[in-house]
Amino acid sequence: MFKIFEPNRIFLITSKAPKYVMSLFIMVLAIGLVEALILSPEDYKQGHSVRIMYVHVPSAWISLGIFSSITLLSLSGYVFRHKNFFLIAKSLAPSGLVFNIVALVTGSIWGKPTWGTWWAWDARITSMLVLAIFYLLYLVAWRIYGDKDKVLKITTLITIFGIVNIPIIKYSVEWWNTLHQPASINLMSKSAIHSSMLLPLIIMTAAFALFSLLIFLMKYNTELIKLKNKGLDRL
Amino acid sequence: MISELLNMNGYGLYVWSAFSFTLLSFTTLFIFIKVQYNKERDKFIAKYGALDTQKAKIARTQIINQEILSSSQSI
Repeated sequence: MFKIFEPNRIFLITSKAPKYVMSLFIMVLAIGLVEALILSPEDYKQGHSVRIMYVHVPSAWISLGIFSSITLLSLSGYVFRHKNFFLIAKSLAPSGLVFNIVALVTGSIWGKPTWGTWWAWDARITSMLVLAIFYLLYLVAWRIYGDKDKVLKITTLITIFGIVNIPIIKYSVEWWNTLHQPASINLMSKSAIHSSMLLPLIIMTAAFALFSLLIFLMKYNTELIKLKNKGLDRL
Repeated sequence: MISELLNMNGYGLYVWSAFSFTLLSFTTLFIFIKVQYNKERDKFIAKYGALDTQKAKIARTQIINQEILSSSQSI
């Protein structure tokens, strides 16, 4: 059923893909930066500080998406007894953590001119910090128990506990009275954001998604070569 | 024009530091992963080169090994 996920087959594609993804990423990022820093208008309330949104929001979205994918892959690994799912999940984690950190730091920088403070222990910000801790725990578990069988169990448990935090992050601005503003973009209804700002946001999200794909491919190839190194030892 | 772009009505410091931090994080992560990749690939090449004829023959039957040796991830 999962022959398509066989490392030997997958490597034929993943070893060639990074250079194309890299070229596409640079092109989309260049367009996104021009749109975000020059062409898009300033906000009538926040002025030019609104431009921070073009790095802050895509980073937050992608870090949430990656953690959800890691959980789904880890659980699928158990259900279908396929180790490659765990390998894919492990390869996604580094970019997820970096996007999480970028979302926290750029959010903090945005907070200073907007709220007058670098940091507030409000529900959205704190739950994003908790997500970063789960990412760290996940990566540290792989580093500590990487060569032992129990690593699959430990990392899956971490993702199961961590996934509980995802809806908390998403709905924290509705459940509690937070300093953080509610979502301006909703897939189910009309966005509260003007198209002149939505376009750069979409382009920057595409650029960041391409970057996470690039890092995933490079990390996954590294993991496959690591496996092959072990295979050579066993010959 | 340039000073306007840099200053952004007093918000320049915040905007540019947010964008700079993002790009710096991306570059650091890219270099870190690239170094890991090169290290594993070099280790593989060294091990593969040290195989005796019999083992090398077995290793050659796997396409993935050939692919790693000729690895086209040239970025």
